[in-house]
Amino acid sequence: MYALVDCNNFYASCERVFQPKFNGKPVAILSNNDGCVISRSNEAKALGIPMGAPIFKIKELVKEKNVQVFSSNYALYGDLSNRVMAILNQFTPNLEIYSIDEAFLNFDGLSILDYHDYGIQMKNRVQKWVGIPVCIGFAPTKALSKVANKIAKKFQERTAGVYIIDTEEKRIKALKWTKIEDVWGIGRRLEKKVKLRNINTAYDFTQPQHEAWIKKEMGVLGMRLKYELEGKSVLDLEPIVEQKKSIAITRSFPKQISDYDALRERVTTFAAVCAEKLRKQHSCCYTIIVMLVVDKFTITTSKYYFNRAITLPFGTNSTLTIANAAIDMLKQLHKGNEHLKFKKAGVIVTGLTDENKKQFQLFDEENPKHLALMKTIDRLNNKVGTNKVKLGSQNLMLTWNMKQNHLSPKFTTNFNDILEIQCQ
Amino acid sequence: MPIEKALTFYLPDFKSELKIPIINEGVSAGFPSPSADFIEKNIDLNKELSKNPLATFYIKVKGNSMINAGINDKDVLVVDRSLEPQNNKIAICFIDGEFTVKRIKLDKECLLLMPENEKYAPIKVTEENQLIIWGIVTYVIKAL
Repeated sequence: MYALVDCNNFYASCERVFQPKFNGKPVAILSNNDGCVISRSNEAKALGIPMGAPIFKIKELVKEKNVQVFSSNYALYGDLSNRVMAILNQFTPNLEIYSIDEAFLNFDGLSILDYHDYGIQMKNRVQKWVGIPVCIGFAPTKALSKVANKIAKKFQERTAGVYIIDTEEKRIKALKWTKIEDVWGIGRRLEKKVKLRNINTAYDFTQPQHEAWIKKEMGVLGMRLKYELEGKSVLDLEPIVEQKKSIAITRSFPKQISDYDALRERVTTFAAVCAEKLRKQHSCCYTIIVMLVVDKFTITTSKYYFNRAITLPFGTNSTLTIANAAIDMLKQLHKGNEHLKFKKAGVIVTGLTDENKKQFQLFDEENPKHLALMKTIDRLNNKVGTNKVKLGSQNLMLTWNMKQNHLSPKFTTNFNDILEIQCQ
Repeated sequence: MPIEKALTFYLPDFKSELKIPIINEGVSAGFPSPSADFIEKNIDLNKELSKNPLATFYIKVKGNSMINAGINDKDVLVVDRSLEPQNNKIAICFIDGEFTVKRIKLDKECLLLMPENEKYAPIKVTEENQLIIWGIVTYVIKAL
């Protein structure tokens, strides 16, 4: 038996643990740099604040309905997430942390008489110890446990937040209820494709007449999903944290930038952070992308998004190589566009491979001297503080300057920030 | 409070964990450090003060309503959310939109939040109040 445990509106719930006065009130959390909404409480959802809404678009609604807005406080969310995961781990040794607020659990080898009761115990313990509400879906496969979780969340009053798919009847009923776009692994692109074949629910997807098509169009992944939905478990827990497939560092500027040197400084910094993150997860990238976004309201043409990509003949995680490639591309992008006012830039690295599994190259290879240099830089930055050693084209004075106007204190990770209460 | 009760001295117990030192990193000339065997025996305040780290949070106090319980302004409380509220326990309470620290008093089907300072009045919790017992205070940390 598998279970998917999912925290309800996780970021909003984290803020409420230390500020219970926002229980029952609309709460919205903004992305890095206070750009757009990335988490909403149920009350905020009910007000019609869409996921991903840019803050300026909902400004009036926020004011009118008294929506509590927070900058994302990842130090807090990360700590509470670790606590939740560790508590779940007390209920089974087999745990896969799927994201900051979701985990798959497996109960093979444990003798559990009543899964509903076990689920309620898990839910109650997480709620009591950390203050985070969760919903739990039990099922014989991972894909079905996702479906069960959705039912638990949707019908919280009837299910008490715990739902189990343990009979054929329940499985079929659940699949018929689940829209195809809500099925695990069916993205936007696939959604269109399957809907053209009149597959509208998870149940449709499992019907025999689609099997050949799924095999042809979606390959092994599609077939695995089909088996999983049919109740045949083919996906195991993945205990090893998967390396990220790409890393993107993008930021909106506090003020629009036209000047090449200023842009170069930012792009270099983004490239440096990408490289550092690559080294941290022991990856190399083959492809580097630079993007620039123009403020739409300052131009008359329709082109506001500029990007360029380069694929290197070798994998790299050297700050020098990635920054140089990014600067080259920036030069090309900026040429002829000197008059434009850019409001956002970014560097994205993709085509990632394991540092140790780089393909052997006959002619082109990363300069081996870089490796030693990068190790030294990382060590120094670790020792003397973040980002003290930088490239010459980076501004030493300019730091992240992340906009965090609504940041709550780091209640659990910084001693100066712990909750202070009036004792009166 | 009599002093001999307030202070408890802990003597190291050598009997229970006496180990024969194993030096893995090759044999070197000279006598092995006599302290090597006791290195793991440092006192870890984290362990001592938080029996359940997953449910433990630190909270800073502002105000004087609990001074008779030894809780003063600017003290840091160790709070365990996993403990059940009981009569006479000191709890972090969230009542009607405000956090406070008080002693829980169960009085004939009525719940009282008791201050520990004569200048403050007890809070009688009725059905009209909204109360969350956020956690139970287990230790007070204070700078002297």
